[in-house]
Amino acid sequence: MVKEELNWMAGGPQGSGVDSAANIFGRACGYGGLYVYGRREYHSNIKGLHSYFHLRVSTREVSANVNDVDLLAAFDAETVVRHINEVVSGGGIIVDKDQVNIKIFSIPTLPHEFKKEFRQFLEKKGWSDSLSDLLSEAERAGVHVFRIPYMDLLKEVAAELGIEQLSKVTRMINVLTLGISFGLLDYDAALVEKAIASIFAEKPKIVNMNILAFRRAYNYAKQTFGNSFEHKLEKTETTEKRIFLSGNQAVALGKVLGGCRIQTYYPIIPAADESEYLEAHEIIQTTTDGGKGAVVVIQTEDEIAAVNMASGAALTGARAATSTSGPGFSLMVEGLAWAGNNEVPVVITYYQRGAPSTGLPTRHGQDDLRFAIHAGHGEFPRIVLASGDIRECFYDAAIAFNYAERYQLPVIHLIDKALGNSSQTYPIFDSNQFKIERGAILNETSLQGAEYKRFSFTENGVSPRVFLGTKNGVHWYTGDEHNEFGHISEESTNRTMMVKKRMKKLETIEKEVPTEEKAKFFGDKNAKNMIVSWGTPKGAILEALDTLSKEGFSLGFLQIRMVHPLPKEYIAGTLKNAEKVIDVEMNYSGQLGGIITEKTEISMSFHILKYNGRPMTTTEVYTALKHIMLNQAPKRQVLTYGS
Amino acid sequence: MALKMSDFKTDVFVDWCPGCGNFGILAAMQMAFAELGLEPHRIVLVSGIGCSGKPPHFIKAYGVHTLHGRTLPFAQGIKLANPELEVMAVGGDGDGLGIGAGHFVNAGRRNVDMTYLMHDNGVYGLTKGQASPTLRLGLKTKSLSKPNINEGVNPIALAVMTGYTFVARAYAYDTKHLKDIIKHAIQHKGLAFVDILQPCPTYNNINTKDWYAGMDRINSKTGKPNSRLYKLDEIGYDPVVHESNEDFKKKMVALEKAQEWGDKIPLGIFYQNELVPTFQERLAQRIPFYLSNPPAKQKISEETGSSAAILEQFFEELKTS
Repeated sequence: MVKEELNWMAGGPQGSGVDSAANIFGRACGYGGLYVYGRREYHSNIKGLHSYFHLRVSTREVSANVNDVDLLAAFDAETVVRHINEVVSGGGIIVDKDQVNIKIFSIPTLPHEFKKEFRQFLEKKGWSDSLSDLLSEAERAGVHVFRIPYMDLLKEVAAELGIEQLSKVTRMINVLTLGISFGLLDYDAALVEKAIASIFAEKPKIVNMNILAFRRAYNYAKQTFGNSFEHKLEKTETTEKRIFLSGNQAVALGKVLGGCRIQTYYPIIPAADESEYLEAHEIIQTTTDGGKGAVVVIQTEDEIAAVNMASGAALTGARAATSTSGPGFSLMVEGLAWAGNNEVPVVITYYQRGAPSTGLPTRHGQDDLRFAIHAGHGEFPRIVLASGDIRECFYDAAIAFNYAERYQLPVIHLIDKALGNSSQTYPIFDSNQFKIERGAILNETSLQGAEYKRFSFTENGVSPRVFLGTKNGVHWYTGDEHNEFGHISEESTNRTMMVKKRMKKLETIEKEVPTEEKAKFFGDKNAKNMIVSWGTPKGAILEALDTLSKEGFSLGFLQIRMVHPLPKEYIAGTLKNAEKVIDVEMNYSGQLGGIITEKTEISMSFHILKYNGRPMTTTEVYTALKHIMLNQAPKRQVLTYGS
Repeated sequence: MALKMSDFKTDVFVDWCPGCGNFGILAAMQMAFAELGLEPHRIVLVSGIGCSGKPPHFIKAYGVHTLHGRTLPFAQGIKLANPELEVMAVGGDGDGLGIGAGHFVNAGRRNVDMTYLMHDNGVYGLTKGQASPTLRLGLKTKSLSKPNINEGVNPIALAVMTGYTFVARAYAYDTKHLKDIIKHAIQHKGLAFVDILQPCPTYNNINTKDWYAGMDRINSKTGKPNSRLYKLDEIGYDPVVHESNEDFKKKMVALEKAQEWGDKIPLGIFYQNELVPTFQERLAQRIPFYLSNPPAKQKISEETGSSAAILEQFFEELKTS
């Protein structure tokens, strides 16, 4: 769409270094003052199945992908087959010369459904099933095909390194394609070498090998193709301090900032990267306690243990969290209800992925909004917070602990695979924006003399807490209904009062938490066309909105961040004069739209939905919105882009 | 001032059936705390669901009555966040070996320094007497319509093999011995497990108080019952692993002893090994100040409310310009 940007994609079998290539590419662009947004796609598989990384490089901050690929770096034939139709005219494909004669349907990792669909495509076009013909057709459509002798180049590198075993260098196909890419793009090689050195910082020998392979390929591209590729990548000067990080990392950083000191988890995609990152960085620098603190990370036997261990830790006064995705959260539900009943400040980071059941373990979805809001038997208060981009993941991960302690309840931080596993460039986050608020806490001194009641009936539903181990504060917890002391009680009057006290906290939250923390509005306040959405689609919506407003269409966008308790009055006020309310989200049934209707009686005029496991792109959100603007859209549009 | 058993009593009515073995366990716990001089606020009792889930409400100390089978995860979370607390988990055999069996096994792998008391009566009492995991195959207790179709679990053998570093058995009606075992368990460095044989007078009409006492085997000469229970220390049994190379042997001996049942049921310490590092010690290897400044004690903010955490080290790694 915009010319000041480049869309680069690297693809290959899982385990072939797609992630490292993308990280090097992203960092190298970052070193050159450019912004990057990168989406990672992979199978639930260790080695062999197709994976890819789609990077968008821009001179401004970007938070979504577009449909186009300007340069495709294919480590193998399958990558070409799967993505050739995404490469734009004028774009390029980097392919192994030795693989171009492959018969498409002989690629063993292509699944049956894909072959069937692709066979129909080829038949319709009247094309053969040879990769070489497919590439020629692409060339006819204006795509440059760069047929590179991968093995010859790697043999030269091996010779230079004095390595006899070719298998030792074939794992550098990823860096080889980086060299070709950057050579074609005429980018500063020194910045790429710096990125390689940084990615493999722990292994100097690997750095050396990879730099050599990179240089060889870079020079090869320059000598062979000169300036023939029209896309160029130019570095810019910046004095701004920037970071390039994934959503998983942003959440981990937010937790550290928010004072999290114990995190439990059971391995699950796409959440585990966060806990592993925290564990690798467990000792943290602080301004207190002699300069050092630590986040204790514990891998548990299952998610049941994870949530309950975190709740136990939270009762001692430590800020505690756990992190999981849908299947794990399903197991946590009984623990969630216990925490709700016992008013435990525990934070659960919930990365949604394609569901139900195991669903799409490595793919994206927003299927679990209603589940997060309703999980657990009985009625108890909780907060569900939904981040819309990686920056929000950071701040929300921190503020979740404030909410948890101020209102003494479980907080579910609802994000998803696309946010967790994507990486993006940002100006360095400002930690000073955030203050720690711990809510009402009594200590040994303030407890003296009076009889302490953990669940005392109060006006706002919040009873001052005492941490386990505090002198003069002995009290009890139980999953049973309880009296003010925390002892089991089945008395009917107490029951009525205790339920009311707990539920009262929802009203207190609605009253106390400022609107700007619960929802954000973008665009024209008086627009007749209002978009409502939550989570990941934010990036694509904002960009589409930008383009549409330049085209003269007036739209507003209401991003709901606190999805429970829902800021219903603000939503109603914002939407009341809208003629068209457009619900955009990544599930089948338009869950947020339904909840808004339930709470405000405002119905959704249109739904833009997607549930194929791949996040919405700017291109498709723009197109769908434009159909609505031109009165050409059905009530329900389902988006399907992405392989 | 010395603590008394009564310092650990609450005014909550103890609602177990008359004659329940739980009364003995409750008294033994209160005595053990008093004799060890543990102040109520330093103790955290964590329980699961069932009749065995109620002791925390009857004891004046911090009490956390949790979910069915989840006693150990809660207890470990509390202890790891604040290792200064004296954490004791209590739960039934259904709680720990049925619904919570996965947690039972994995707690052994960690060896968190705390105590776990199991009320072992072979039935799910509060739900009216169904067979629980320690009830042996073919036994038909009072409320079962058919004999038990499952084999019984051996809690002692399971604990020895899954990494518990203190494994003992006691009897609910021998309160003094039970109290002594509980004291040893509390003082043990590592995860201590005590299997407490506890007759359920309402639903287990097989392993009754009389059965344990051997009332069915009166010595014809003395006219006295021949008890099925005996104490390991009375036969000179040494459960302690003194050097790490004798661990395997000690485990094997403990397993052999664990097989005894029926006519001769051993009580006492089966196995004890303080040479295995506790989970806290393992953490302290990685985080040197973990024990002196654990998660619950760390100061997470400054007076101004600013977070104590300095993120520069992370940003340094992630920075691109």
